Amino acid sequence: MSGSSSGAGVEVSGLGKRYGDVVALDDVSVIVQPGELFGFIGPDGAGKTTLFRILATLLRPDTGSARVLGLDVVRDLWAIRSRIGYMPGRFSLYADLSVEENLRFFAAVFGTTLEAGERLVAPIWRQIAPFAGRRAGALSGGMKQKLALCCALVHLPDLLLLDEPTTGVDAVSRREFWDLLEELQRGGLTILASTPYMDEAARCDRVALVQGGRILDVADPRRIGERFDRPLVAVRAAERLRLLHALREHPGAGSVFPFGDAIHYTDARADRSGERVAAELRDYLRDRAFPDAEISVVRPGIEDVFMALMRPPAGAAA
Amino acid sequence: MSARATPPRRGAQRTLGAFVRKELHHILRDRQTLVILLLMPLVQVLLFGYALRTDIHDLRVAIVDPSPDARSVRLRDRLEGTPRFRVVRTATTALALEDLFRRGEADVAVVLPARFGESLGRGEPTEVLLVADASDPNTGTIMQAYVRAALAGFEADVTPQAGGPVRIRVESRMRFNPTLESANLFVPGLIALVLTLVSALMTAISLSREKERGTLEVLLVSPLRPWQIIAGKVLPYLGLGFAITCLVLLAARLAFRVPLRGSALLLLAESVLFTIVSLSLGVLVAARTESQRAAMLGALVGTLMPTALLSGMIFPIASMPGWLQPVTFIVPARWFVVIARGIMLKGTGLAYLWRETLVLTGMAAILLVAATRSFHARLD
Amino acid sequence: MTASAARAEPAIEVRGLTRRFGAFTAVDDISFDVAAGEVFGFLGANGAGKTTAIRMLIGLLAPTAGTARVAGFDVATQAEQVKRHIGYMSQRFSLYEDLTVRENITLYGGIYGLSDDAIAARTRDLATRLELERELDERVGRLPLGWKQKLAFSVAVLHDPRVVFLDEPTGGVDPMTRRQFWERIYVAAAEGTTVFVTTHHMDEAEYCDRVSIMVDGRIAALGTPAELRARFGVGTMDDVFVRLARPGAAA
Repeated sequence: MSGSSSGAGVEVSGLGKRYGDVVALDDVSVIVQPGELFGFIGPDGAGKTTLFRILATLLRPDTGSARVLGLDVVRDLWAIRSRIGYMPGRFSLYADLSVEENLRFFAAVFGTTLEAGERLVAPIWRQIAPFAGRRAGALSGGMKQKLALCCALVHLPDLLLLDEPTTGVDAVSRREFWDLLEELQRGGLTILASTPYMDEAARCDRVALVQGGRILDVADPRRIGERFDRPLVAVRAAERLRLLHALREHPGAGSVFPFGDAIHYTDARADRSGERVAAELRDYLRDRAFPDAEISVVRPGIEDVFMALMRPPAGAAA
Repeated sequence: MSARATPPRRGAQRTLGAFVRKELHHILRDRQTLVILLLMPLVQVLLFGYALRTDIHDLRVAIVDPSPDARSVRLRDRLEGTPRFRVVRTATTALALEDLFRRGEADVAVVLPARFGESLGRGEPTEVLLVADASDPNTGTIMQAYVRAALAGFEADVTPQAGGPVRIRVESRMRFNPTLESANLFVPGLIALVLTLVSALMTAISLSREKERGTLEVLLVSPLRPWQIIAGKVLPYLGLGFAITCLVLLAARLAFRVPLRGSALLLLAESVLFTIVSLSLGVLVAARTESQRAAMLGALVGTLMPTALLSGMIFPIASMPGWLQPVTFIVPARWFVVIARGIMLKGTGLAYLWRETLVLTGMAAILLVAATRSFHARLD
Repeated sequence: MTASAARAEPAIEVRGLTRRFGAFTAVDDISFDVAAGEVFGFLGANGAGKTTAIRMLIGLLAPTAGTARVAGFDVATQAEQVKRHIGYMSQRFSLYEDLTVRENITLYGGIYGLSDDAIAARTRDLATRLELERELDERVGRLPLGWKQKLAFSVAVLHDPRVVFLDEPTGGVDPMTRRQFWERIYVAAAEGTTVFVTTHHMDEAEYCDRVSIMVDGRIAALGTPAELRARFGVGTMDDVFVRLARPGAAA
């Protein structure tokens, strides 16, 4: 999980931050290697934005420490600020300026020019160049995010902090956006991104699951299924609501949740094998008038792991 | 990891230039606001053609009595005894008057002719000259009225003793504003209002809009120091305020022939000083508020309203209740209005206006420092 | 999901619905039906015309051409009745944060024209079902996001509308809460309420009975998730969406 840090990535140790009596971050520690595409996944209020703001040197932590590119976020803030690119949660460009005006402005802010930033900006610029003269406010959601990414890259940063860059953007634009991120990463950029979408998290090298100001786990998405300590079974049938209730009433039921067109079931008894659980369910469901239920053992994904690790959200009703 | 050339740093001017360009884009593309900013002062100049009636409590009277005698002294006593009057100077020649008026130390002068008492005693019609400082045309007429009333009372007293009808003919002259144009009164105040509007209100809104939209966050995570961000945002408004001031002066001159008797350069310089004060106030308001709406409200209540109500541009400070008058000392526009009126209507220069200029300079220095320190490099 | 008695006419009937803004056609001749008690997913990229279409269906915007009937009323000529017989919940706004739970319910109950007795009964019922008894007099702003959303949904169906429109209702919540929310949708559908929902989470598209995908103002695909996946030969709704949004994709 954590190798030795080479000082060019991000090192967070025991970070804590509270606003009044609300704890935003609670003893958060994580290491991001240089050149990694690292994802933070979790619901609103989990603390992702606070963490990103501290890393961007916009906030001071109450406890703990953080280093970005080998520099301390509290002491070396000016050195960090010229070397990172930051995209905060909301769309934060100038809606009444054109695409090109926005880019040139941000280039000037960093004391550089649009042309000088070409190496990183070029692939994205190709996609938004046809709209160079259009007011940024008149762009579609996906285009806006690409423009924002451009503006964050124009000064050739060494590290990117993207706080929910694809919220509210349609699925296709989101894919294109993450294609761009992967391309940037191949060029050597270190990227930290937070997202509520599990499918995006799956494209990261490693993912941190965040909830309630804490990091529940950090793992490689491709191997995160190993976290699961018991088999996961997917059940499909036509009458979903009835199936849901039926499965919940099964005496051995552990967790029962809808997942897309299937229902993911884990048994409360940890020692059963996948096949045994599946066979049991087949019999049980046949008795409950689900003759054609499809049952298969599946590999747990990020969301399954997340939900298994989650503490019950405050006041959740069953 | 990979070798990456650092992009060449171009320097602060380029960044500042970029900021100014950006702000100009914002200003010019916000058509509605632009129209209001340009049209409103012009409309106000044209609308405020009428005088506002006000009342006087404390009239400073200067008396010129070339040959004091029993009767003239009785007149002087009467004037002094009138509750609304305060005799500030008694002289034997009229030479001192000019200076008194210029310095704003007297509101009205009563000039008695030589051998006033003698001619009264002989029953001859006697002429008394009233000279009033009418750079504020509201008060000019009223002051005249009061003094005339007092003189009429004196006339009534004196008549039986003299044994014949005594007449006091009053000739009045209005200094500095012979035709009592209220536009003359109003325009200096209007400049203050316009500058406050552009510098304080627009700056506050512009800065808080960056906050609200989230663009400020992105600007902070850059090599820019907070003071550079503020300077970049504020400079275009400095220029805009300047332009509008010239526009107002031009319009006032063309429509009402409002004079500019003093140095135009001095007026513009003082305007710049006043603008800096307003800009700093705008920045302070933006630093304390979280939304554009709150910033607008804060700027309106904190800068625009005091300028309109307490600067003396509409309501003379002299007629405000006693407890309110000291309050006006902290309203920057109050000082500027005196300066502007002095330069435009009286043709005075720094020699007479150095006190007010000093106050404004002090305010500018303090507020500028406070404003730059109010914008932090971090969000908390 | 249609377990209750089916009503004769569809809950939503759209025929050739079109909306133009000057030279720009936002919604271009769309037609579809939604049966009573169905959970219908209305998908599409930003700018594809979804929002405009929804605005017409809830009676906020008049169509340029075509017709639509929602809950039995024509959206062009009977907009007020439409509004009275539907529920609406949007991601951006639903409940007043500085009013308490009880006050919000009372407010919306009043807006929907429920009697005081009905409001009282619903309040009790809601409190029990959502397990909010202790929070009835708590300000909504202080509730966790997941609770707010569940409450917002319940308030949107407070007056038992025939159709409820949900505009990206599950933004920003954790996966567990999202699922609990969708269960609430299932229950409402099972009781006969038609649910018309838009979302950017493609896995939620799978929860729907049928789905339509809008591209450039037109409906590019309409069917059950299983049908659409089979038609495009892909495994997830996400892939279906990508195929459609790429220009030149075969419908």
